[in-house]
Amino acid sequence: MGRIKTIARRSFLVGSAAIVGGVAFGTYMYKRDVENPLLADLKPGEATFNPFVKIDATGITLITPRADVGQGAYSMQAHLIAEEMDIDLAGVRIDPGLPNAAYYNGVVAVEGMPIAATSDTILARTGRGAADVIGKLMGLQVTGGSSTVPDMYDRLRTAGAVARETLISAAAEQTGLPRDQLKTDMGAVVLPDGKRLDYVDLAATAAEIDPVEDVTLRDPAMWKYLGKPQMRTDILAKSTGTQMYGIDMVMDGMVYATTRTNPAIGGGIVGFDTSAADDMRGVQAILPITGGIAVVADNTWRAFQAADAVECDWGPSPYISNTKAQFEAVAASFIKDFQDSRFKDEGDVDVALGEGEGEVIEAEYRIPYLAHAPLEPMSVVVKLSGGRLDIWTGTQIPRFMQANAAKLAGFEAEAVHVHVLMSGGSFGRRLEDNYVLQAVEIAMQLHDTPIKMVWTREEDFTHDFPRPLAIARGRGKVVQGAVNAFDLAIAAPSVTESSLARLGQPAIGPDVAIVAGAWDQPFDIPNYRVTGYRVPAMVPISSWRSVGASGNGFLHESFMDEMCHAAGIDPLAERLRLCFHEPSKKVLEAVGEMSGWGSELQPRRGRGLAFTLAFGVPVAQVVEVTDTDDGIRIDKVFVAADVGRVIDPVNFEAQVTGGVIWGLGHAMNSELTYENGIAQQDNYHVFEGMRLYQTPQIEVRGLENGDKIRGIGEPGVPPAAPALANAIFAATGQRIRALPLSNSVRFV
Amino acid sequence: MQITVNGTDHEVDVENDMPLLWVLRDVLGITGPKYGCGIAQCGACTVHVDGVAVRSCQLAAGDLDGAVTTIEGLGTPEALHIVQAAWVEHQVAQCGYCQSGQIMQAASFLDLNPEPTDDQIDAAMSGNLCRCGTYPRIRAAVKTAAAKLQGA
Repeated sequence: MGRIKTIARRSFLVGSAAIVGGVAFGTYMYKRDVENPLLADLKPGEATFNPFVKIDATGITLITPRADVGQGAYSMQAHLIAEEMDIDLAGVRIDPGLPNAAYYNGVVAVEGMPIAATSDTILARTGRGAADVIGKLMGLQVTGGSSTVPDMYDRLRTAGAVARETLISAAAEQTGLPRDQLKTDMGAVVLPDGKRLDYVDLAATAAEIDPVEDVTLRDPAMWKYLGKPQMRTDILAKSTGTQMYGIDMVMDGMVYATTRTNPAIGGGIVGFDTSAADDMRGVQAILPITGGIAVVADNTWRAFQAADAVECDWGPSPYISNTKAQFEAVAASFIKDFQDSRFKDEGDVDVALGEGEGEVIEAEYRIPYLAHAPLEPMSVVVKLSGGRLDIWTGTQIPRFMQANAAKLAGFEAEAVHVHVLMSGGSFGRRLEDNYVLQAVEIAMQLHDTPIKMVWTREEDFTHDFPRPLAIARGRGKVVQGAVNAFDLAIAAPSVTESSLARLGQPAIGPDVAIVAGAWDQPFDIPNYRVTGYRVPAMVPISSWRSVGASGNGFLHESFMDEMCHAAGIDPLAERLRLCFHEPSKKVLEAVGEMSGWGSELQPRRGRGLAFTLAFGVPVAQVVEVTDTDDGIRIDKVFVAADVGRVIDPVNFEAQVTGGVIWGLGHAMNSELTYENGIAQQDNYHVFEGMRLYQTPQIEVRGLENGDKIRGIGEPGVPPAAPALANAIFAATGQRIRALPLSNSVRFV
Repeated sequence: MQITVNGTDHEVDVENDMPLLWVLRDVLGITGPKYGCGIAQCGACTVHVDGVAVRSCQLAAGDLDGAVTTIEGLGTPEALHIVQAAWVEHQVAQCGYCQSGQIMQAASFLDLNPEPTDDQIDAAMSGNLCRCGTYPRIRAAVKTAAAKLQGA
């Protein structure tokens, strides 16, 4: 098994050829059924049919192992099971379950592979298959990459169907009636005479029989929940203050802690003086932790006050310490030695740009570091007692967290119990566990006591792992009114290298994230090249809602717009002409129609178009702005997106809208800059994203032409920034090539 | 000192300068009001003092001079306040972490201004940050709640 795991780990990131090898080696292990973790502590009278459904006389429990960070994952997973199980979710327990290999993600690894969503070659199909193998062999329980629905769509419906069919068998056994005379209806098996046997009353019988594995999924035409507006299962709690998040966890005898580590990232602590804090009210202990100190008190605020009062002597950050120098390092990385990938190389760009008619158009773009800053600051409750470590927090990586915490505490992974709670946002932040490991360090010095550790907002901002900065250089040529050559070089530090190192995983091969959302776009440009350059590591970085595409959408689509304007051609017509992917064409056409593209606008108004295919989802956006005397006002945004099948139109609209606001707000207003190794934006007054008064009207249309079902948490983000910048150009003639836009224009 | 929260009197032994937010959360165990920024920039901690929206992270316990209502006192899952019902109807929440504050802000605002214009809604609600981007539904829910309150 060790060898297979190693191969799987490597295959997680390396190129497609090795992936094929990994599949071959892994087949035997892969084919084995995963063990059902719910069997481990099953009580008499409880039945479980698979890792996702448990039932007893008191009720039904559905396990929803993908983290809910606001995207509605719990509700979505529960509805997928409920649809097939034929139950009403009212009164059903929804539980994220304990971390387990059975809850592996069989889709997310695709995002690490150089496979275009539009590609259907043997290699592409093999790679996608390999993602399932890798996910299963590694027990990769990860929420991310907009993968929850694509990964869970069949698996959870099947789990629900198995439960339904097994309960029918239980009813058959209990009544002596043949199975084919029994139906189900909303939590009960219905007998021919109309008598209802509630599922919960069949649990004891069902527990004694083997699950019926041979099931047929319902025809979508029969669906009760899917494809229709659903009421999110958490909406009532979240509208009444009764939803419990990680930060709200309370336990008997709990103490309150906070940590303060060097704001100059990685600089460590040379020494500290606690004399001003020792006698502050409520302070119970001031403890050293890696890179700083922790204060344990009887109240969070008292811990904050005392942590602030400790005099710390910080070391200098080992990283390039200010943003000017960081950008200089990026600018210096467009060299052969740092070339990381060239997944797109059609025609002959050098010849096209070097010879013949037409002027070479050149432009350089910059995007900044960005913080995640979810509204719930990093927080966790830990308890270390009798060789057992318990962790309660919101997380997208429960099994990696378990492994990292076990390693730190010197425990076996089995001794670490991660209890996943609702997250107050994440946007990728909870793919990291540094705050949890700090709390474990406290617990190692303070046994037998539940400890709630909460970061101040300032600690959260200054110890984020931001979205990396990047520079792109575009060179292109328009010949006879058509984009003929398009050469985009992107230099950025590697998110994959940085974050996988913290998960104890090697990053081998090129980092797709450096060019994601740029190299894989569905356009047939005769000479088309996208090159990634890997900037040597600077401050640690991580995934931020839509990852590489979050910035690459702006880089690719700004340059595309410049090319179209240089040629005097319509940006929508040219994209449609170049596009070879039917679902992508359809979203472009849809957004053109929704926005009245091409119709007259009043003076000082403008429309901008952008398109990005990311996470397999083509998304086109048109932003409409007015250049008012007080600044730019965003009036409207039109969005068309294709996820193959919309399984909840209400949440679909929420995720697209939220993605647009995320993309626009940060493009307008936000950047993370460094001085002396310290992030200068330490709270929301200097890192706002978007507020309500700047929010435009957003009109969303979901299309269903794609051949696979996809997730929508992230794909709405990438086209928002370029559509806005392109609209500002249309309204004002000012081409802005660096984010945030507010460094160049004022917004109302 | 004595404070009244959601109709219940409590005797609390805290420093005068402890923000009300932490008295509520860590002393009284009332966790509806959230900590988000600590500097009145996000509004997640919004509660009512004598019916008026206040950022509880900025109100020192010693300066409190009225009855406090938190989201838990505004309405319950069984008996929703009109504003909460509008939030449910429009399915506003995503992560939901800011929504206690948003709802408390909206309830106070509509109490003072039952027939708000769109611009007034934007102005009143712009101090409450939502990182998920639920703003369009917040606008819609405030309007629904305003209409219902007028009909009530």
